[in-house]
Amino acid sequence: MRVVEKRQLLSAEEMDRTLQRLAHEIVEKSGGTADLALIGIRRRGVPLSERLAKSIEAFSGVKIPVGTLDITLYRDDLSTVAPQPVVQSNDISFPVDDRDLVLVDDVLYTGRTVRAAMNGLFDLGRPRRIRLCVLIDRGHRELPVEAVFIGRTVDTSDTEIVEVRLQEIDREERVMLVDRVS
Amino acid sequence: MIPRFRNLLGTEPLNREQIEFILDQTRPFQEFQRHPLKKLATLRGKTVALAFFEPSTRTRISFATAASRLGADTMNLQAESSSLKKGESLLDTVWTLEAMKPDIVVMRHSSSGAADFVARHIDVPVINAGDGSHEHPSQALLDALTIRDRKGSLDNWNLTILGDILHSRVARSNIHLLSKFGARITLCGPPMWIPRELESLAPNIRRVWRIEEALDGADVVMVLRVQTERMHEPALPADEYVRRYQLTPERLRLARPDAIVMHPGPMIRGLEIDPAVADGPQSCVLEQVTNGLAVRMTLLFHLISAPATDAPHPAKESHASD
Repeated sequence: MRVVEKRQLLSAEEMDRTLQRLAHEIVEKSGGTADLALIGIRRRGVPLSERLAKSIEAFSGVKIPVGTLDITLYRDDLSTVAPQPVVQSNDISFPVDDRDLVLVDDVLYTGRTVRAAMNGLFDLGRPRRIRLCVLIDRGHRELPVEAVFIGRTVDTSDTEIVEVRLQEIDREERVMLVDRVS
Repeated sequence: MIPRFRNLLGTEPLNREQIEFILDQTRPFQEFQRHPLKKLATLRGKTVALAFFEPSTRTRISFATAASRLGADTMNLQAESSSLKKGESLLDTVWTLEAMKPDIVVMRHSSSGAADFVARHIDVPVINAGDGSHEHPSQALLDALTIRDRKGSLDNWNLTILGDILHSRVARSNIHLLSKFGARITLCGPPMWIPRELESLAPNIRRVWRIEEALDGADVVMVLRVQTERMHEPALPADEYVRRYQLTPERLRLARPDAIVMHPGPMIRGLEIDPAVADGPQSCVLEQVTNGLAVRMTLLFHLISAPATDAPHPAKESHASD
């Protein structure tokens, strides 16, 4: 099976503009920054959450707490994951109780990652509210999960893959739609 | 690429990379012990068979708690109540357990090599929780984790082990593990418990008969339990043991000032260890117990959730692209 690139969904510049807009939306729809905190889902949600916090700080002057969540222990498909799973630490240095949390991830697809992330958060405490922010919503939900903050909605087929490339992880910056062909 | 292993039979067959992988993977499980809600659903629907052909309290409770916190169920076989008493062979007992479809077998047995033997005859992974005087790998891993946490690294320490090394699987597993990380190892205790053959377990092992000499310059001191049931062999009265080999505060001062003291338990205060040392700032005894849970959660998680073969898995990677 090969993977071929079909088209580019976002350029580096568009990604930057999209994240700026999302940062503003998060503050506006939260009625300010009180109790607000961002939680990036490993892996690509982490740099995205840090960038969002940085731009919120740039226009509001407020430093929003940012945490990192690893969902490996909460997955529902462990026995079908190959190769060996690797568990990483959560890095959330503030209590999540009564916080207004925004989960951040790169792509929203089946919704299972978000389900796993919420279970992980509940093990740490009782947030007042959890909302979801994603760079790309590609549809095909298998659970009743929706994002409040969406960078771009994209129609995709089941065989297609949305690949988000981030400078911090991939040394390049763009979003592509690729397809599996046999 | 992560080094795979299907069973955990000892620390001798593990390489550095595998040991470091296990120790690194314990971190989230250590943090988990501090969660207000100590229950995961990760291994829900999985079953851990605890087959203890030899009595055990702390190791069995540690594995049972680790399994429970991961959401797995346990089946319990205990020596006192087992059909072994009725004359059933080890293999028949294990095959009976296997027929109840556990996902992993954690076993302890009084014969060295028993876990290895069982692993060759059943199709589920086996964790050796102690076989005779051979190995007790999960104890050595939790000791290594404790050393790494306390001292910042696992490399090149002066390790002194005090007591009955001959009959100690904990000592053997620790010697195998720590010598892979460059440890210089000193064994000290009654000569009948430290035969010359032990020097061939690893490079850089020496036998020393005076405890003062053995402690000089030590970074890590492991005190073993005196198995009182063995004191009758070539008789060694308890008061004689205390006089010659007990780890006292005065003797501990001969070790490095930042040396740590470990004990695998159960600990007999006033025999092999002075209570002032057991409760002192250099003692890591209770950290060892807490780390034991993290190590056992890590082992159960990885041995149960790892795919059985290296073949590429056809399943849809729904999370990876989610």
